[in-house]
Order: sequence, then C-alpha cells, then structure tokens
Amino acid sequence: MTSVLSDINQEESHYAPKQAYFNPYEQNGGTVLAVAGEDFSVIASDTRLSQGFSIHTRDLPKTYKLTSSTVLGACGFHGDTLTLTKILQARLKMYEHEHNKKMSTTAVAAMLSTMLYSRRFFPFYVYNIVAGLDEEGKGCVFSFDPVGSYERETYRAGGSASAMLQPLLDNQIGFKNQHGVTKTPLSQEKAIKLVKDVFISAAERDIYTGDAIVLNLITKDGVKVETFPLRRD
Amino acid sequence: MTKNKLAPTVTGTSVLGIKFNGGVVIAADMLGSYGSLARYRNLSRVMKVNDSTIIGCGGDYADFQYLQSVIEQRVIDEECLNDGFGYTPRGLYSWMTRILYNRRSQFNPLWNVFLVGGLQDGEPFLGFVDKIGVAYESPTICTGYGAYIANPLLREAYENNPNMTLEEAQKQIERCMKILYYRDARSINKYEVAIVTKDGCIVKPPVQPETNWEIAHLIKGYE
Repeated sequence: MTSVLSDINQEESHYAPKQAYFNPYEQNGGTVLAVAGEDFSVIASDTRLSQGFSIHTRDLPKTYKLTSSTVLGACGFHGDTLTLTKILQARLKMYEHEHNKKMSTTAVAAMLSTMLYSRRFFPFYVYNIVAGLDEEGKGCVFSFDPVGSYERETYRAGGSASAMLQPLLDNQIGFKNQHGVTKTPLSQEKAIKLVKDVFISAAERDIYTGDAIVLNLITKDGVKVETFPLRRD
Repeated sequence: MTKNKLAPTVTGTSVLGIKFNGGVVIAADMLGSYGSLARYRNLSRVMKVNDSTIIGCGGDYADFQYLQSVIEQRVIDEECLNDGFGYTPRGLYSWMTRILYNRRSQFNPLWNVFLVGGLQDGEPFLGFVDKIGVAYESPTICTGYGAYIANPLLREAYENNPNMTLEEAQKQIERCMKILYYRDARSINKYEVAIVTKDGCIVKPPVQPETNWEIAHLIKGYE
C-alpha cells in the first residue's frame, strides 16, 4: 500500500471538486441580559440582527413579551428563534383557553425547558432567558441552554457578548471578588443604570451587539419598555 | 431517501428592495448563472402575486419556479372563493418563512432568498426570508453581493429621505443596479423592477441602462 502522503497529488487536490454542504444553522448574534430584583425584574436586549460581516437590520429587538408579567429574551439562530417564539405563543394561548388564566413565569420556564428538550437531537440553536415575577410577586430570572437545561438565577447574560457581560454582573450584582463590601439589595434605578452601562461596553467590543437597547422593566403594574441608542458601527 | 439537493445550479444574484412613501420597489437583474457561466440572459426573478403583493428572488432558479407555481395555484384557489379576500403581504411572508424553515429542517432546502413587498392597511411592507428560515422586515433590503455594495447606499438614501417618492426610490434602485453591474461578476446589464402602490402592482418591462467604461482601462493588475 502506498503511503497516504504520496496519494495526495498536490495538483489534483487543488482542483478537486469541493463538496459544499448545507448548514441548517447560522449565528445571527445579539445579546440578552436579565436581572431580578426584590419585586421587579429587568430584561434587555440589543436590536441588531447580523450575519457574518453584514447587518441584516438595526431594528430587531430580541425580547418577546409573553404575558403581562413574563418576558422572554432569545438569541442565537434567528430562524429557530422565530419558530420557537411562534410555538410558545400558541402554547400560551392554548393554556389560557384551557385553564382560564395566564401562565405563571415559573410555568413558562418549565414548559420552555420541555419544548427545547423535545428537539434534543436537532436542537433549537437559541439561548433563552425568561424574566418576570414569580407567584409571590418576587422578581425571577430563568436561564436556559439550547437543549433545555435551566435554573433560576438573580442575573444572567446570554448571547454573543455574554462572556463579556457575565463577569461584570458577577462583580457588580453578585459582589464577587470584592472585599469588605456591604451587600445592599439591588434597586430598580441601579439595575437599569447597570444594564445600560454594560450594554454600552459590550457594543464597544462585540461586533454582533449594537444599534439600540430595548429594556423591559417588569413590575406588578406590567411591562414598561424603554429604548435607547448604542453605537451603530 | 432520495438524495437531497445540497448545492444550487442555475442561480440568480442580488435582489434589491426599498420602501417609499406609499409603496415598495423590488428589483433583480435577469441573469441565470450556471456557476461562472452566464447561461440564461433573460430570466425574470420578480413576480406579481396579486394586486397588493410582489416578490423578488435570488438563488436557485428551479426552486424559485417551484415555489412560484405553488403560489400561483394558491392565488387562483383564493380567487375562486370570490369572497373578497386574498393573500396579504404579511400573510404570504409568514407562510413563506414556514415553508422555507420546514424544508431546511428536513435537510432539503429551497435554495433561495426572497424579498416580499406589498401594501397592507395602507402601509408599505418589505420582508426578507432565506433558505434556512431567517426572516426580518426592514425599509431597505439587499441580498447577495448587494448586501455589501447596495444596502449601505440605500440605507443612507432612506435615512436622509424617509418619505421618498416613487420616482426617487426608482432613481436609487437604478443607481444601485448600475453599481452592481459594474462590480458583481455574476450580474448582467438588464433588470426588472416590480412596484406596489395603492393603485396595484406591476412588473415593469426590462431596462438596460447606459453604462460608461471610460475609466476601466485605468484599473490594472488584476489580469
């Protein structure tokens, strides 16, 4: 048998037909961030939809209002995000008609987990974060991986700039790596200021984050939406 | 299982779309490329769906013709009901996202990008769908090479003048199609424009704009 190396003719391998294969996924970027407070939660996302080096649109918020006290943040592959949110909306409507009440945030999170796992072997390439109020009216945040593993947390960043935002939140909200600090509970104002600041920082370094922020403040009075600009380059 | 198509054959290049005050314009050139061979020089890549909806298509031409025939039959079925209802731009757009997403999930994609344009409730609509089900709306959309060359120009024009007239929008499209013809090797100097306004929609006859290659000889070193 001839050696593998001698089999490869330089000339031939250069002109060998290339098998272009079909990739059912794409990374469309975007960042979501959620913070839970005592009686509120904040969930924000940027509004950029990209593909490689081009920007599809500068106006596509990645937060989806599910009920009056639950908002979903979803980014990753936009085709899956569209499908997932479409199914979610339908399931919420079915639940409402069957049980004559809105689904609670904790129930939405549990349902989303099973929906994601149902596609375990052809996953929804979507990073989800659910924010809202729990049955006691306390702020809650649930973070998911694309195949449905989830947990309740007080703050979480997801998507393309998550690795930049999360350590900052660990320090500023979780008081990690700080000495002699008094752990004061997070106020609404501080949460919002912090969210805006970290997004501005993320937009500086991550090309898939920018254009604008959409910020949802969830309290017992409902969801208040606020938008403000980020750098567009 | 039969072998799924995993690469396009005869393809169309960029599609451009822009909203204006009271409607939408979609344009695409008429070349059907077979790899780098300019094989068909008179293919229509824009389509009138009904009096309020148009689409433009890039990518595999056979897949476009397939979806075109499906849409045409559905429009006929819809008209036969004679109930005064028909496909709205948003409705068709939403349906197309599901078809394309479903086909990609079966690993048998329709190898296309589509722009859907129209007027719904008096408001212009312009949406994008691709072969894996990514979809979005935007006031200006360009696909393929146009995403890099034409879209920045159209975005700038739209930002400076968000309430363009039809004539101004057409001017911008003509400018971009010309630039694309100069720079995109898979393009041809002949294109069609589809327009939606409240008076209905039309696919205009092909245009072949004047070009000027006077400075071409100055570009050297790429032979």
